[in-house]
This record gives sequence, structure tokens and C-alpha cells, in this order.
Amino acid sequence: MSVESISAAETKRASERLRKYLPGILSHAALIVVWYLFVTYGHIPSFVMPSPVATVATLGGKNYDWIGNALVTASEIFSGYLLAVVVGVILAIAFSWSRTTESAVMPLLVSLNMIPKVALGPLFIVWFSYGIFPNAIIAFSISFFPILLNTARGFREVEPELLELVRSLKSSKWQTFTKIQLPSAFPYIFSGMKIGAILAVAGALVGEFLGSSRGLGYLMLQVQVTLDTAALFMAVILITFIGVVLYGLVIGLERLMIVRDARIQ
Amino acid sequence: MSRAVTEPFIHVRALRKTYRKGDRQFLAISDATFDVAAGELVALVGPSGCGKTTLLKILAGLQGYDSGEARIGSASHPFDPSRDVGMVFQQALLLKWRRILQNVLLPAEILGLPMAESRARARELLAMVGLSGSEDKYPYELSGGMQQRAAIARALIHDPKLILMDEPFGALDALTREKMNLELLNIWKKSGKTIVFVTHGIAEAVFLGTRVVVLTAGPARMADNIKIDLPEPRVLDVKTTEAFGEYSRRIYHLLGLG
Ligand SMILES: Nc1ncnc2c1ncn2[C@@H]1O[C@H](COP(=O)(O)OP(=O)(O)O)[C@@H](O)[C@H]1O
Ligand SMILES: [Mg+2]
Repeated sequence: MSVESISAAETKRASERLRKYLPGILSHAALIVVWYLFVTYGHIPSFVMPSPVATVATLGGKNYDWIGNALVTASEIFSGYLLAVVVGVILAIAFSWSRTTESAVMPLLVSLNMIPKVALGPLFIVWFSYGIFPNAIIAFSISFFPILLNTARGFREVEPELLELVRSLKSSKWQTFTKIQLPSAFPYIFSGMKIGAILAVAGALVGEFLGSSRGLGYLMLQVQVTLDTAALFMAVILITFIGVVLYGLVIGLERLMIVRDARIQ
Repeated sequence: MSRAVTEPFIHVRALRKTYRKGDRQFLAISDATFDVAAGELVALVGPSGCGKTTLLKILAGLQGYDSGEARIGSASHPFDPSRDVGMVFQQALLLKWRRILQNVLLPAEILGLPMAESRARARELLAMVGLSGSEDKYPYELSGGMQQRAAIARALIHDPKLILMDEPFGALDALTREKMNLELLNIWKKSGKTIVFVTHGIAEAVFLGTRVVVLTAGPARMADNIKIDLPEPRVLDVKTTEAFGEYSRRIYHLLGLG
């Protein structure tokens, strides 16, 4: 293949990618334009709804320590979420290895999961005081269960005949686990991780609302009092952005690890 | 060397198997008796639920039984239960996350066979089943028939003495099925394996088998064990012969359909 045709193929691929993503980009841009026109020509007071321009301007305005607060919230979300993935997957593996463990621990977890996680906030503050840790724990507690449930389901739904096939070759428990069970469960693990990612963001934010001295949720409570609605908007946008980054990382990892056909849509 | 004096490769005598669910018992096989010589292709035919899959699982060592005998191997053909069984099911059951070559290699990995040799053998087997060029594809890129060919290659990779096939072409369309039947005969001839082939297709059983073992439903029992004397190599034309029709009729009668 000549150099020209390679670059031609690349150009073609780039233009295909553009065509695929362009509608999405345009709809986002359209929302911002509609927002701008609505606020400007509808004569909406800025304490009710600030314009996009005013919203972005808050980043450079008052001393809100955006970066510091965003980092606090992000670390609550990411650490709580990571813990939920690790604990959820390990527990599901333990369940798949020992049905007795599952039948003892699972009903307990179902009961514990019925506790509204918001109700735990005040308790965690008593135990751990304000800070990243109690909010990370709330993020963990709310995102852990769907990850566990989905992963456990993945281990249960391994094709029984596939297990018989390897059993007829007298495969070791470890071989069966690494070659069949774990890869079979991967799509389910990711499906749980995607649900968990969204919940972790909500969990950390709820934690900050209930009691905190830093973070975007804390900042929202501060600027709400001073009616700095533009800063409220900006905080919502930043929290959403953190969530999008987390979700994007999970999707990216899923694409890397799982063949298209095996993904759960 | 006559068959009468040769020790059979598979020896099943008065085999009985019940499943237990709580305190309820379910008779799956009441009394099965048959022998299979090394290198035979035996078709096991019978209606759904008559215990065909159960019988295969017992032969594969996946399932115990209540009484009787089920012995595999002879002095001239020793049998190692951990590496002499190849299995093919109705569904191809390929691992979705592995490419075809890697799928075929699965038994070799589990048995710890030398990988370089196994890889070369996997390529040969894929060529034999007509899948050259598909080594690096994923299962979803293949048709049902092609996936089943890959499953057959996987069952052969560790060079087992016995291939157990449970309605392997049952999920394929009629034309693909005919084609796969011819290819299976070809593979059987080339490899010299002993094959136990479960089907509920009477024509398929007569066409493929050197012997047809007929099981009847409820209460499950063995009806007959018929030696099929049709000209070799089998070609599709044989299905229109008088002898083929006679065998089929006999089996229909045994199954209470005649
Ligand atoms: N694991 C099991 N537990 C209880 N009953 C079973 C089990 N497997 C099969 N059976 C019963 O045993 C009988 C024979 O089943 P199977 O060997 O699968 O028949 P076939 O393959 O001929 O359709 C059926 O009545 C079936 O319901
Ligand atoms: Mg069956």
C-alpha cells in the first residue's frame, strides 16, 4: 500500500468517526445555545438562571477553590467506587466458590442494602467526623451492591455444558475459574460497574450535603445561601463531568477487555 | 481378527441410573447393554428424555450410576479418562472472548500439552474441518455450522481415543446438517476414532452409524442394538436404497412409530 493510500484511508476513517460523533456534539452545543437564548431574550434574572457565559465566568471569579473542591469530591467518588468494585467482585468470587458462604452472607447483605444509605450519613459523621473518608464510605455503600449482584449473577450464568466440557478433561478448580468462569463473568462485572459508577457519584454528593467541610457539595450549600446561582450551576457541571470521566473510564476498560459480541448492552 | 474375540472398547452392561431430587427418584436409564469396538461410529437414537445425554455423561465420567457396568478401554486400546475424551454438544459452546485458534487450543491448555505442537495441530485440524483462514476470527464472526466445525476441531486437539457427540448437528439447518454428516464420516475415516453419536434423527443414525443403539422412552430402556451393513464409504445416495429404508423402518417400529 502506498503512503498516499494509507493517509487516504486514515482520512476516510477520521471522517467516518466525525460523522458518527457529530450529531452528539451538535446536540450538546444546541442545548447550550438554547440555554443562552432563553436566558438572554427571556429576561430571566441571573439568580434564577445564569447564562452559560456567567456560569463559566464563576471559575475565574470569587475565591471558591474550584480545583481543590473538585479534587475532594473526585477522590471521594473514585476511592469509594474502587473499594466497591474490589469488595463486590471478591465477595462474588467467594460466593461462587462456596455456596454455603453465599447462602449465609447474601440474605444479610440484602437486609443491609435495604437501609437507606442517606440515613447512614449522620452516623458516619459521628464515627469518622467530617472529611473524605465518611463520604467515600457512603459512595462505597451505595455502589457496592449492584456490582456484587451483577458479578454473582455472571458466575451463576456460566454455561453448565461448558463446565462439563472442562470437567471431562479433569481441569483444576483454578483452571476452570481463570479460563471459563471469570471471563464469562466479565461482561456482568462491567454491567454492575456501570450502574455502580453512577450511584457512587450520587453517594459522595449526598455525603457532602449531609456534612462536610470541603468538596463541590459543600460549596453548593455555601453559594446557595449567597444566591450565587451561577456557581451552583458550575458545581453541578463539574460533578457531572467527574461522573462522565468515571463512566468513560469504565466503558473504555470494557472495550479493551471484552469482545464486542460478549458485551451486555 | 474377528470382532467376536476382540475385547470391546466400550462395554456397557445392565446399566441403571436414577436421578434423585429430594426424596423423589427419576429413572433415567433402566437397563442399557451394548458393546462398541474400537474405531466404530455408534449412533445412539431415541426420543427426547430417554436418557441419551445421561448415558454420554456416564461415559465421559461426569456422572455416576446406580448399578451395572460402564467400562471403557481394553488391553489393545488403553483409555485414560482425563485425556481420552473429546466432547461436542448441540451448541458449539465456543468461548466468545477467544479467537477460533485459541478456542481449539483450550483442551490442550487444560491438559498442559506442549503449546507449539498443539498450535500446529490446531491449524491442521481447522484445515481438516474446512476452517483455514478463520483462525483469528471470533466465534460471532462464524455461522452456526462453522462454529460447530470449530467445536469438532476442539474435541480432536488432544487426540482423544473417544469422541462423544450429543446431537451435534441438531441446531443446524437441514442442508448444513447433511453436509456436516458427510464431513463427520470423513473425519472419522481419517482419524480412526471411536465415536458415540447421539441423535434423535433416525435417518441420521442409520446413515452415520456402523451400529445403531435404540433407546425407548418411559420407562427408559434399551430396545435394540443394530449392526448397520451399508456399503462404505457412505454417500448420500445410500439413503434411497432398499436396505437403508429397511433399517429405518425397523427403528421406527422399535420406537413405536411404525
Ligand atoms: N440433572 C438431572 N436431575 C434430574 N433429572 C434429570 C437430570 N438430567 C436429566 N434428568 C432426567 O433424566 C431423563 C433423561 O434425560 P436426558 O439424559 O437428558 O435425556 P435425552 O438426552 O435423551 O433427552 C429425563 O427425564 C430428564 O428429565
Ligand atoms: Mg439430550
